[in-house]
Amino acid sequence: MLFAEKLTKTYHSGDRSLTVLNDISFDIEDGSTTSIVGPSGSGKTTLLGLCAGLDHPTSGTVSINGVSLSGLSEDALASVRNKHVGFIFQSFQLIPTLTALENVMVPLELRGERGIEPKAKSLLTDVGLGDRLHHYPTQLSGGEQQRVAIARAFINDPVLLFADEPTGNLDTDTSNAIEDLLFGMNRNFGTTLVLVTHDLELAAKTQRIIRLKSGDILSDTRTELGA
Amino acid sequence: MNPFIWKMAWRESRGNLNRLALFVACIVLGVAALVSITSFGDNLNRAIEEQAKTLLGADLVADSRMEFSDEAIALLDSIGGEQTREVRFTSMAFFPKAQNARLSQIRAIEGGFPYYGVLETMPDGAKTTLESGNTALVDDGLMMQFGIDVGDSVKIGQVSYVITGRLISIPGESLAQGIAGPRIFIPLNTLKATELVQRGSIVRHVRYFHLPGITAEDLKVMEDALEPRFDALRLDMDTVEGRKRSLGRTFANLTRFLNLVGFIALLLGGVGIASSIHVYIKRKINTVAVLRCLGAGTSQALWIYVIQAAGMGLIGAIVGATLGVLVQVILPLVLNDFLPVDIDFGVSWPAIALGMLIGVSITALFAMNPLVAIRRISPLLAIRQSFETESDLPADPLKWILYGIVGAGILACSLLLADNIEFGVWYFIGILTAFALLAALGWSISRLFKRFFPRNSTFTIRQGIANLYRPNNQTTVMIMTLGFGTFLIATLFLSRDVLLNQINITDARNQPNLVFYDIQTDQADPLLGVLSDFELTPLQNVPIVTMRMSAINGETLEELRASEKRRIPSWMYEREMRSTYRDSLTSTETVVEGEWVPVATDPFGLIPISIEKGVFDDLKLAMGDTILFDIQGIPFETQITSVRDVDWQQISPNFVFLFPAGVLEPAPQFRVMVMRTTSREQAAHVQQQVVREFPNVSAVDLALVLSIADTLISRVSFVIRFMALFSVFTGLIVLSGTVIASRYQRVQETVLLKTLGASRKQVLAIMAVEYLVLGFLAALTGLFLAYFAAWAISYFVFETVFIPNMGNIGYLMLAVMSLTLLFGLLNSGDIYRRSALEVLREG
Repeated sequence: MLFAEKLTKTYHSGDRSLTVLNDISFDIEDGSTTSIVGPSGSGKTTLLGLCAGLDHPTSGTVSINGVSLSGLSEDALASVRNKHVGFIFQSFQLIPTLTALENVMVPLELRGERGIEPKAKSLLTDVGLGDRLHHYPTQLSGGEQQRVAIARAFINDPVLLFADEPTGNLDTDTSNAIEDLLFGMNRNFGTTLVLVTHDLELAAKTQRIIRLKSGDILSDTRTELGA
Repeated sequence: MNPFIWKMAWRESRGNLNRLALFVACIVLGVAALVSITSFGDNLNRAIEEQAKTLLGADLVADSRMEFSDEAIALLDSIGGEQTREVRFTSMAFFPKAQNARLSQIRAIEGGFPYYGVLETMPDGAKTTLESGNTALVDDGLMMQFGIDVGDSVKIGQVSYVITGRLISIPGESLAQGIAGPRIFIPLNTLKATELVQRGSIVRHVRYFHLPGITAEDLKVMEDALEPRFDALRLDMDTVEGRKRSLGRTFANLTRFLNLVGFIALLLGGVGIASSIHVYIKRKINTVAVLRCLGAGTSQALWIYVIQAAGMGLIGAIVGATLGVLVQVILPLVLNDFLPVDIDFGVSWPAIALGMLIGVSITALFAMNPLVAIRRISPLLAIRQSFETESDLPADPLKWILYGIVGAGILACSLLLADNIEFGVWYFIGILTAFALLAALGWSISRLFKRFFPRNSTFTIRQGIANLYRPNNQTTVMIMTLGFGTFLIATLFLSRDVLLNQINITDARNQPNLVFYDIQTDQADPLLGVLSDFELTPLQNVPIVTMRMSAINGETLEELRASEKRRIPSWMYEREMRSTYRDSLTSTETVVEGEWVPVATDPFGLIPISIEKGVFDDLKLAMGDTILFDIQGIPFETQITSVRDVDWQQISPNFVFLFPAGVLEPAPQFRVMVMRTTSREQAAHVQQQVVREFPNVSAVDLALVLSIADTLISRVSFVIRFMALFSVFTGLIVLSGTVIASRYQRVQETVLLKTLGASRKQVLAIMAVEYLVLGFLAALTGLFLAYFAAWAISYFVFETVFIPNMGNIGYLMLAVMSLTLLFGLLNSGDIYRRSALEVLREG
């Protein structure tokens, strides 16, 4: 499903350069759940950005669902994301000027699809917000906002779901509820999940854990769920 | 285009309506100014077309600076139709009731003029009273000035007239024309008795023709047929079409000028839009990054905001056009004094279309640059806020292309509005220079202010000033927009000061301030006696001899005009000229070429004369050229032996041609006496006495010149100030836009301050300091530039020292600061009123 081969990312600032990822390779199977963990500055978010086609590697290649991202233009990458990828962000990243329903519909509307409202409503109902369709993000709690984001992430039937610290901004109870919702829907949709977190308890709920440190893979292990 | 983009543009604007409304407002006033002026111009043209015949009051007018010759009279009589005769000249009018006199334009008239339009009087129809007896119609303004009523008398020359009506308006003449020379109508058959028209008097002889049933085509045929004969007889011809053309040109120039002043407001609005969109897009970075993450292409993301900007421009243009249509109702009131026709309200669709086209174009031009930054927003920003921002990225070459397009667009609009390539280009260069100077000055002054502000001032003051230098501040933009409006208004104030100062300086320098002219030779000695009673001695007592130029180097003026070898100005061809003779030069003239011959040694040979440099250059003359003059029937052959530079600005008799002593002494002549009075009262009293004893003698008084100049300048500058206000208010709208655009950041800062213990009063004081300093910096920048503009006008145009009226400058600065404070605080109300917890809950 996701192949990363010899990924290196180096940032340049004046005469100085900083290598954040150093020759990283791995592949992620279809339908699996994987966590990328590591301390701050280990390169987790950079790796997520490269794998999702949000950024270009300095060297190396990434392919999603058989499509190589190398050499693709910004718009072609956007098209790949729209067709194959779903996102869940730590800070929810709902568009503040859109209602919950409108936020969920965005990925399909970008494709120019019509008649998508029932599907969006159904998803919002699935995440427990059937009665808050027309609320704006500022009118929702943090947990509710993340539920909207989860509904949005699944509306385009992605083959690959990237979640960046999905419970990082939530309290423990809400976090647990969101985790259950996320894994539950992931199972139902049969999506491949890549989770970036520094929460080891959350990581343990995935089948595989890739540990990063200073831009290198420290370990790549199967959890009990993946064994 | 994907319908989502339209939906998204609408959905995005829903939550930002107040912010977008201010973007819209940025261009509203500029479009309103353009639409109102262009509509007004269109309505004026329509009125001129509809009321064409009333502009002249007749079908045809013939006039001459000289008495009509028998040949001319025969020609004029042959035209037929109904005719009105008029003799027009300036003379003192003495009002016994007020014991005061005023130089006026006397019109001795006989006939049914006006044949089109109405000579408006109070009481109505008072013109019929001119048909019998010594009656007069006097300019309403003049009667009000002296407290004169109908039934009182006015003495003109030797005749005392009963005033039978107030002159309210004359067809085809504006109120402003009456300011410089108030008009008095008297019956033509009483003219001789006034004894005012004598040899050498400057008089216009006019004949109005009413040709019932004549068509415009027939009139044109007649005009073409008459033209060469009029030319040969040195007669001027005025037709309805000719008057329409000249009036159309005059008002086209006026509306073009006002349009260009209005266009500045639109450009300032454009700067406001650019700055507001820049801030708006910064606030939208996250939304764009999320959209890009979810699969939006760069062009899709860009189009969402392009559509919003275009929508704003369109709405702004529609609102502006509507406002413009309403404002044009006010314009005839503002310009009333200068209009020779009555203007009816009418909607001009071409004007609306032009205003909207320019409004939308300016919005698009100024919005493009901040909008293209959207292309470079990385989707990575959705997961990593610290990712590189626009300023970290390498320069975008598209931006420079867009700057070029903006420049080209402004140039195109300037050319369109100026309707003249050279003027349009200079206007464009002027605007660019002014903007660049304002930006540079604004930046420098604000940096100097920051650099030298006392660090030990109170927290409130320090914090208020610090706000001006916060990241993403709009200080330079604000200084540019508010500063430009201040600059325009201050330049008008200061230029007026320059002109008034010039007259005051003349007054202060012991220079002549009172001139008596049209003094007959036999009146010179008795007049000197009257002057000595007032302890006045003329500084100059100048003989004037009237003459006509006949030939240059043996070629007659007619031949020269026909051959177009030299451009002979019409005044030289059609009028009698006034020259003098003396054996010395005055302080207002300097010989710059050749040698001045003070006394002619051979009165029957070539007479050595001196000529003024401007005319010498215009006529492309050379030293040694000969000029033949006709002095009351006697030919005088002269030769140019010197060229003089003449300072025409002094109140002193100056002449184009100067003869030496020893030639013209026996010629019929009259005199001009120039003196300096010590007070306004003395000037008034001596004038009254002279007019009483010598009714044909006219006076020019510096006080009168001052008051006429002041009145005319005030009225003209009022019109320009009215247009400049569009710029000032656009600046204030941009300020409101800036405050609202930076609202999020301000709320965060305010909450932080409140959380740390600041009271509402302190928060309010911080904001007040910020706006006051902003107003101060903007006013200072505008005034700084205006000071140099007025100095340049003073030095290069009026060639005088520049003494600005600091009182006016002070008031203007206070006004700009107060308005900035008012608009700033009005838009910040909810920012300082909200509680810290309320905002913190919002996250």
